[in-house]
Amino acid sequence: MKNIFKIAVLGVLGLFIQSCGNGGSSDQKSGAITGNAAERVYVAPGEHDEYYAFLSGGYSGNLTVYGLPSGRMLKEIPVFSQFPTNGYGYSEETVPMLNTSFGFVPWGDAHHPDISQTNGELDGRWVFINENNTPRIARISLETFETEEIIEIPHSAGNHSSSFVTENTEYVVAGTRFSVPYPQRDMPIDEMKGNFKGPLTFIAVGDDGRMKIDFQLKMPGFNYDLSHPGRGDSHGWFFFTTYNTEEAHTMQEVNASQNDKDFIAAVNWKKIQEYVQNGGGEEIDAEYAHNVFDHSTQTATSTMENKVLTVDPREVEGAVFFMPTPKSPHGCDVDPSGEYIVGNGKLSTDLTIHSFSKMITAIENEDYEGDAYGIPILNFESTLAGTVKEGGLGPLHTEFDGKGNAYTTFFISSEVVKWKLGTWEVLDRQPSYYSVGHNMIPGGNSRKPFGKYMISMNKITKDRYLPTGPELEHSAQLYDISGEKMELLLDFPTHGEPHYAAGIPADKIKSKSQKIYRLDENEHEYAATSESETKMVRDGNEVHVYMTTVRSHFSPDNLEGIKVGDKVFFHVTNLEQDFDVPHGFAMIGANTSELLIMPGQTKTITWEPKKEGVWPFYCTDFCSALHQEMQGYVRVSSQNSNVPLKWTLDDEEIN
Amino acid sequence: MKLIVKIGLALALVISFTACGNSEKDKEKDLRLDDYGSQPKKEKVETDNTSQDSGDPLANKGIGPVKSVDLPESIDSEMANQGAVIFKNMCSACHKMDKKFVGPQLAGVTERRSPEWIMNMILNPEQMIKEDPIAKRLLIESNMAVMANQGIKEDEARALVEYFRQYDEQN
Repeated sequence: MKNIFKIAVLGVLGLFIQSCGNGGSSDQKSGAITGNAAERVYVAPGEHDEYYAFLSGGYSGNLTVYGLPSGRMLKEIPVFSQFPTNGYGYSEETVPMLNTSFGFVPWGDAHHPDISQTNGELDGRWVFINENNTPRIARISLETFETEEIIEIPHSAGNHSSSFVTENTEYVVAGTRFSVPYPQRDMPIDEMKGNFKGPLTFIAVGDDGRMKIDFQLKMPGFNYDLSHPGRGDSHGWFFFTTYNTEEAHTMQEVNASQNDKDFIAAVNWKKIQEYVQNGGGEEIDAEYAHNVFDHSTQTATSTMENKVLTVDPREVEGAVFFMPTPKSPHGCDVDPSGEYIVGNGKLSTDLTIHSFSKMITAIENEDYEGDAYGIPILNFESTLAGTVKEGGLGPLHTEFDGKGNAYTTFFISSEVVKWKLGTWEVLDRQPSYYSVGHNMIPGGNSRKPFGKYMISMNKITKDRYLPTGPELEHSAQLYDISGEKMELLLDFPTHGEPHYAAGIPADKIKSKSQKIYRLDENEHEYAATSESETKMVRDGNEVHVYMTTVRSHFSPDNLEGIKVGDKVFFHVTNLEQDFDVPHGFAMIGANTSELLIMPGQTKTITWEPKKEGVWPFYCTDFCSALHQEMQGYVRVSSQNSNVPLKWTLDDEEIN
Repeated sequence: MKLIVKIGLALALVISFTACGNSEKDKEKDLRLDDYGSQPKKEKVETDNTSQDSGDPLANKGIGPVKSVDLPESIDSEMANQGAVIFKNMCSACHKMDKKFVGPQLAGVTERRSPEWIMNMILNPEQMIKEDPIAKRLLIESNMAVMANQGIKEDEARALVEYFRQYDEQN
C-alpha cells in the first residue's frame, strides 16, 4: 500500500512538472538556448555531419540514421518490419529475413542499437539491434547499411536487456524481460513463482559477423531489464538489471514494486564460456529461425535451428552473483574504466553505483547476505561505491563523456543530470522536453566516448512542433556537453519511438560506405547481367521474367504470353554501375510492393494477374530526364489462350 | 510567392519538354531531333572558343584522364575480345554497333572520334556532356539520354577502343 502511495506521489509530481514545461512561456520552452546555437548545429548545404547516430525506431521495427549535430535524418534501414519503400520483406530475396518459429512476422519492436567494438572501442563494422516482441537480434552492415542477419532467441520473451556487445564483440547478449516457462509449456499462470525462468542468451559473433547462440543461462524468473558489458578490468563480466524479483504474474504495476531492492545480476561469461567449451551445459530442444542475407547472391535464406545449449548458473562455480540494487533498477550502465556499474532505480530519486573491484573482494570473501534460488546475493554495502543523492525523479539511463562525468536521464522530472564519477555530486541539470527515456553520447558506453554531443530521446512530444493531429512522432534533443554546463542546441523529430541509439564519428565509417553493387559480383540465381540475357521462362503456371533496367528503359519492355492465373516473377537487375542511380519497378495490381533496385542489384517481386488486358509497368524512381518514358507493357491473355511467350525491346526479340 | 510561381512555371516547362519527347512515334509530324541542336539560344550560351563544336573532330581529345593514346598499327585481337565482353556487359543496353539505339550507333566511331575522346567519354561522361562540344551535341541528339558512368577502368576503356577498331576494320 505504501508503495502505491509513493508511486502516486511520483506520478502526480511528474504530471505537475510536465505541465509546467508545457504551459510555460516560450523562453522556458527553449530552455537556456544561447545566441549562436543555430550556428553550432548548422551543417552547410553539401557539407557532412560530424557524427552518425543510429536511432532505434521502436514500434516501427526499423533503425533510422541521423547526422549530428544537424539532426537531419539520412536514412531508414528496414530491419524487423516490411518496408515498401524498397521492397524489404516483400521481395522474394528478403521475405526469409522476417521468418520466425511463429511463421512470417512482418513487424517488430526495435530497441537498443549497439555498434561492434574492438578493444572496447567502437570499430564501426556492424550495428546490432534487438526485437523485443518476437525475440530476435539483427546485425546490420555499416558498409551497405543493410540488415545482413537476424537470429531468433528461443525460450525468451520480451527480448529487452539486449543487444549489447562485449568489448571485442565476442558476444552479443539477449536477455528476457518477461520470464516464461522454460521451455514453454501449458501451465496455470498463477503458478509462475519459482517455475518461470528468465534466460540470458549469449550469441557468439564470428570475425565475419555471423551469429551463433553459444549458450543460454537459465536464470530465475525475474524480469531482466537492461544490461551492459564490463570493460577494462571488468571485461569478461556482463551486468543485467532485474525487476519483479517478486515474480508477480499480475498487476505488476503494483506487485512488482514490493521489494525495496531488486538485483543487478553479475555474470562472469568468460567462466561460462570455458565451462561450455569443456563440454558443460545441456543441449535441449528449441525452435528458432536463423536468417542470413548473402551479398553475393543478394538473397536471404532462413534456417530453422532445433537445439540450444542451456546452462544452470548454479553449476558453474563463481559465475553468477546478485548485487542488491534499490527500486526496480532500469538502466544498467558501466563507466568507461569498467569500475563503476550504475543502477538507475526507476522508482527512486537516487542512483546506486556499484564498484567492480569491491564486488570482486566481496566475492572472494563470500560476503553474502543470502541467496536467490541458489545464486549468492552479495552484501549491498560491500559492493556499493556510492549514491547520487536527489538526482531527480525516476532515473532511467546513464551515459559517460570520457572525462569523468556521467549523464543520467530522469523520466518523471523530465531532465538530464550531469554528475561526477567518484564524488557522486550533481554538477548540472537541464530540462528535457518532455519525459526523457534514453540518452546517447557517441561511444558513451564504451572505453572511449566522444564527449562532445549528447542526444536525449523523449517520450512525449506534445507542443514541440507544429501539431499533426493526435498521433505524434517522438522528439529528440541535442545538447552540447563539451563545456561545464550542458547546452540544449536543437530539437529534431524522430521516427517511431527511439529507445536507445548508438553514435560514432562519421570518419570511422563513411569512407567504407559502399557505393554500388558490382555487376561482376552479382551471383543472384535469376540475374540478367546484360540485356542479351533477358528472357521469359515458363514453368507450369509460373513465369520467370529476367529483366534489366538502365537509364531509361526496361529490357524486355513488351511481354506477351502471360495468362490469367499465372504467377509472374519479375527478377529485375539494375545494370547501372554509377553511384546513386537506382531504378524502381512497379506493376499495376501487384499485391505486394514496388522494388527499389540499386546499381548492380537484382530484386524479385511477384505478380498474379487477375484480368486480361495490356498492363503497364514503370520505373518508380526519377532516374533521368527520360524517366517518364521508362515503362513497358505486359499482355495478359485468358487462361486457355495459346499466345506464346514473347519478349521484345524496340520490337526486336532478345537473344 | 513570386518564387513559387517561377518554380511552377519552370516545372511546367520541364514537363512539357519531356512530353514533347514522349510523342516521338509519328516521326513525320515530329520536330526533327536536330532542331533542338540548332536552337539559337543554346548556341549563344557558348562564349568560350574552345567549346565550339567545329573543326576536325578527330583533333578533339575530349575532357578527362586520357591525354594521349598511341594506337599500334595492328589490332590487338586479345584486347579487342576483352573489349567485346565489356561492351556486352556494360554498354549494349544503350549502344548497338549497327544502329542508333539510346545512344549513337557505334559502327565507324573510330573514324569519327579520337581514341582519347572515346575513352574520356566512357570514363568521364558527366563532365563531357556538360563541357565537350561534341558530347553536348550528341546528348541533345540522343533526346537528353545521358551517357551513363559505368565505373569502367582506364584499361577497360582502352580495350573497348580496340574492340571498336576491330569492328571498324572488319566492317
